[in-house]
Amino acid sequence: MKKKKNDIKSSSFSDGQKAYLLNIKMQKIFIIWSRILIFAGFLILWQISSDFGWIDDFYFSSPLAIGSLFLHDIKDMSLLHHIGITLMESGISFLLIILCSLLTATLFWFYPVLGRMFEPFLIVLNSLPKSALAPLIIVWLGTGSKTIILCGMSVGVFGCILNLYQTFQQTDPERLKLVETLGGTRMQAFTKVVFPGNLPAFISVSKVNIGLALVGVIIGEFLAGRRGLGFLIIYGSQTFKLDLVILSIVILCFIAMIIYWGLNVLEKKITLRIG
Amino acid sequence: MSNKSFLHLEQVGFSYYSDLGEVEVIKDLSFSIEKGSFTAFVGPSGCGKSTILSLIAGLLQPTAGYITFYSEDFNAPKIGYMLQHDHLLEWRDVYHNILLGLEIQHKVNKENINLVDQLLEKYNLSEVKKQKPSSLSGGMRQRIALIRTLALKPDLLLLDEPFSALDYQTRLTVSMDVHDIIKSEQKTAILVTHDISEAISMADTVILLTKSPCQAKSIIPIEFEKNGVSRNAVRKSPLFQEYFDCIWRDLQDEKKEK
Repeated sequence: MKKKKNDIKSSSFSDGQKAYLLNIKMQKIFIIWSRILIFAGFLILWQISSDFGWIDDFYFSSPLAIGSLFLHDIKDMSLLHHIGITLMESGISFLLIILCSLLTATLFWFYPVLGRMFEPFLIVLNSLPKSALAPLIIVWLGTGSKTIILCGMSVGVFGCILNLYQTFQQTDPERLKLVETLGGTRMQAFTKVVFPGNLPAFISVSKVNIGLALVGVIIGEFLAGRRGLGFLIIYGSQTFKLDLVILSIVILCFIAMIIYWGLNVLEKKITLRIG
Repeated sequence: MSNKSFLHLEQVGFSYYSDLGEVEVIKDLSFSIEKGSFTAFVGPSGCGKSTILSLIAGLLQPTAGYITFYSEDFNAPKIGYMLQHDHLLEWRDVYHNILLGLEIQHKVNKENINLVDQLLEKYNLSEVKKQKPSSLSGGMRQRIALIRTLALKPDLLLLDEPFSALDYQTRLTVSMDVHDIIKSEQKTAILVTHDISEAISMADTVILLTKSPCQAKSIIPIEFEKNGVSRNAVRKSPLFQEYFDCIWRDLQDEKKEK
């Protein structure tokens, strides 16, 4: 039935419309292949430059060297271990950021006086360069996962609270009046209108914060880690194993890419449902 | 006071405080409403019409006077409120939007769901109940908002300019649809509007309000047969025109006095 409908549709297109659709499709294909070519060209140029000695492969490494290091470290599981640690720490930081922010922002929405009392402090903490806090956290909690997770949280959590609080506050007051006229409590106004209405904003805040959690965790691992990709980067640079440094950075690129893509899919699904 | 009296306001006043000083919105407002009647408040915009509804609904407390409900069973009357915009929640389908009030009051049960289904069936909205509000026209949305209110079986319906966000043609049909629904469900209703024709075509009684402070200037019973008369005929009737002119003149006088 569905197919039949499509047939009728496509056969009813005029030649002009068909040409327009084809043009759009060709442009899309062109863009995708250009991206692949740019990336491949970059890798080839990098490889050739180091093979011919145009750049010093001690400092700049080369794609093949990085690839073989990757295969080697994957085989003895050490790399997966470090990746796993970083992912776990970022994941926990992210969840804690979201949990803390959601609770605090909700509390502020219920008691706006609290919001007004704490807002300036949050603004100051949010504009502080968060890496400045890391040494302090190390002194308090020592070197270990707890410190790193707290570092990961510190980057995003203040901004996240402010953001969520502001979105909750921007709910149409007429909608709150609607709940009131239906005999609802403030709690119901929150669960029926404020939270579901701001779900898209909540998702986009989450998108920003998963990236920030990763940033914070890497900073934490630089300073206090004995495991994780941040540790590998620092360790590699101190021992002049630049293959390892660049490999870790490449892996971080991939992690960021996968997270970004996953969140986009999730966002689309949710906005479709709300639609 | 007739024995059918349902709601009585006695010398009601309402003021609020602001940085610019005390603002007296309503002063010495007294009127009675009978069970099953349809009353319209007409007045210049910003005269405090909506505030009257908020006071009756109990969302605001009067700063002077009394608001009394008369009921046979001594229960507090249930009040349904229709706002200027439908405020259908875009993440819920039509059906679940209608259930919102019942959910909030923890009254989602078989009996009420049956009532909702009946209302949807009766007013030809069953087909759209799985749709999202964004796919519906403004008039349809406002009718769904009315059903959401009716699902709570209110004794009194408060309509706060519910048609003002609609375009003119939709407004004419939806206002008469809503009028017919309210009459056939035998509800008592109070409409607030700045549209004189809307008030005459829907209400049994029109109460004219003055501005700052809001007081009842005159109470005009609208006495001509609307039931069974086609919608266009109501507005074309010579009596309609007479009422319109009379209210228009009163409102003009009011402006001159200011």
